[in-house]
Amino acid sequence: MKTLKTYAILYLVFLYAPIFLLPLFAFNTSTIIAFPLTGFTTEWFTALLDITEMHSALFNSLKIAVTSAVLATIFGIFGAMASTRYHFPGQKGIMGFIMLPLVLPEIIVAVSLLVVILKLGLSTGSWSVIAGHTLICTPFAIAILNSAFAALDPSLEEAAYDLGETRASTFRRVTLPLVMPGIVSALLISFTISMDEFIIAFFLTGADPTLPVYLFSMLRFPKLLPAVMALGTILVVLSILLITIAEIFRRRGAKRAGLKDTGGFL
Amino acid sequence: MTIKAKPERKPLISLQNIQKHYGEYHALRGINLEIGEGEFFSLLGPSGCGKTTLLRTIAGFEDIDSGSVMLAGKDMMGVPANKRPTNMVFQSYAIFPHLTVAENVAFGLRKSPLSKVEKAEAAEAALNMVGLSGYGNRAAHALSGGQRQRVALARALVLKPKVLLLDEPLSALDRKMREQMQVELIKLQREVGITFILVTHDQEEALVMSDRIAVMFEGEIAQCDDPEVLYRRPKTKRVADFIGVMNFLPATCRHEGGKKIVNIVGLGETEITEEQCPEGFPEGAATVGFRPETLTILYEGQTPTHREAPAMIEEVVYYGDMTYYDVKFDGVDTPVRLSMRNLFGRDVLEVGTRARISWSPGALVVFG
Repeated sequence: MKTLKTYAILYLVFLYAPIFLLPLFAFNTSTIIAFPLTGFTTEWFTALLDITEMHSALFNSLKIAVTSAVLATIFGIFGAMASTRYHFPGQKGIMGFIMLPLVLPEIIVAVSLLVVILKLGLSTGSWSVIAGHTLICTPFAIAILNSAFAALDPSLEEAAYDLGETRASTFRRVTLPLVMPGIVSALLISFTISMDEFIIAFFLTGADPTLPVYLFSMLRFPKLLPAVMALGTILVVLSILLITIAEIFRRRGAKRAGLKDTGGFL
Repeated sequence: MTIKAKPERKPLISLQNIQKHYGEYHALRGINLEIGEGEFFSLLGPSGCGKTTLLRTIAGFEDIDSGSVMLAGKDMMGVPANKRPTNMVFQSYAIFPHLTVAENVAFGLRKSPLSKVEKAEAAEAALNMVGLSGYGNRAAHALSGGQRQRVALARALVLKPKVLLLDEPLSALDRKMREQMQVELIKLQREVGITFILVTHDQEEALVMSDRIAVMFEGEIAQCDDPEVLYRRPKTKRVADFIGVMNFLPATCRHEGGKKIVNIVGLGETEITEEQCPEGFPEGAATVGFRPETLTILYEGQTPTHREAPAMIEEVVYYGDMTYYDVKFDGVDTPVRLSMRNLFGRDVLEVGTRARISWSPGALVVFG
């Protein structure tokens, strides 16, 4: 029992301690990332305002993440409906292939996409990163939406249809509101995955790097390191905020729909 | 041959030679049936007999291989569920959990030409009809099972369908609630006058509620009759066994001077009539069936109203108002069940007691 407890604590320390170092050095006056701390400052945060390349990288990342998340979620809805609402020959095999990118090494996806794009004589850019990210996010979206659709009693859709709605208006009036928590989850997870994805972005980004790619290039300049720390701190706070909001929405949705809370992602 | 609606009722639904396969499985094997206007009709059978498939065929949720569904004189071929004058109460009730009770009830009224106020009034009237007036603003997911059931009914009835289809609507309720809802459903059906078609596997429920019952086995209608006829004069041994409790004893049959004589093991010989043999008079080996309540234990000094046979009490099951006895007639190995009302002052007999049993030849049904 005691060993298990120690193990659990060590595990959590290993997991989260490095993240706590971020704000520590982001507010430290020294440009060298090392103890002891030398003093408190917010100058690295103000410095962020002047690095315009970073702004465009951040904006680029946001654009890619939002687009990929929306696309992956739309494909996810189609995929989840196909797997839970219909039966057709070869269904298992097809679903397997759709879910495959979940375990496929990203480097393979990245390299093969790059080869295809170059062979087609196209040039890489934000669009190719969006394509790659949609590809890797879709299986996650399907996995989340699958459980949302599977938890939905098919009689609800039949009842709406029986009461005079069309297939489309049934989806709008019944299916969509009831799987909305799943859709929000899928959007957020896809957004998060795309936002911090590096390999595909590194290979497929053209002239405009995404934020992770830009940060990687900045590591060559030690002077900029504290600013990177400051940016990291902001991102951590934003992520926590985002996930908390998503969780509040999910719980509220589950409560309103009278579903039993199965825990979700948090 | 089509099972006709009763002459006093105008036929509303006419099913002609309905065939349906699920892959290799033959789910409906030629259903020919008419259901009358304002009738409370039940489809009764064990699970997998095709009763739900038939109900969903009428609703428009199933594509049939061949045959036709006529509803109020119109061929329903190619008419989808959302365009049919039928509404369904689902087994799970399918109450929309994200809407209020009133929004649930008014769900189907969206496209109706009524004004907003009229729609709200119609919904409230429907809720009032099922005993839920004033519940409109409640969240649907906070309702109990019985209340969900009522909301589902109100939601279907508010559209004034020609037929209300009920798919095992009471199976999720506890016994007390179920019995209460049975009576309420009968009253409701009389009040609105709409044709109700109920699917159930519970023979008691079907007997209590229906004007007519179709008993289904393996995708076919085995018998379609009034509850009383079905109970008293089942057409086959299987129907007899499915509806209520039926005792069976082996027997032999012969003609003697124009009379039909049956010799029952342990009970002796008796004459029977033509109508006691639904499958025709079986010359030679046969089985006789009789209900528990057609047997009576004779207490001290009582004389039999019909025939009498000695027996031994093997098992006693006490139900409060009734007692069920399993008795063995002398010379018979299979026990038969009989039921006695526990009238005031009448003792419940013990296992091992010898008793005189009165039985009625007229209550026998003879199968081949």
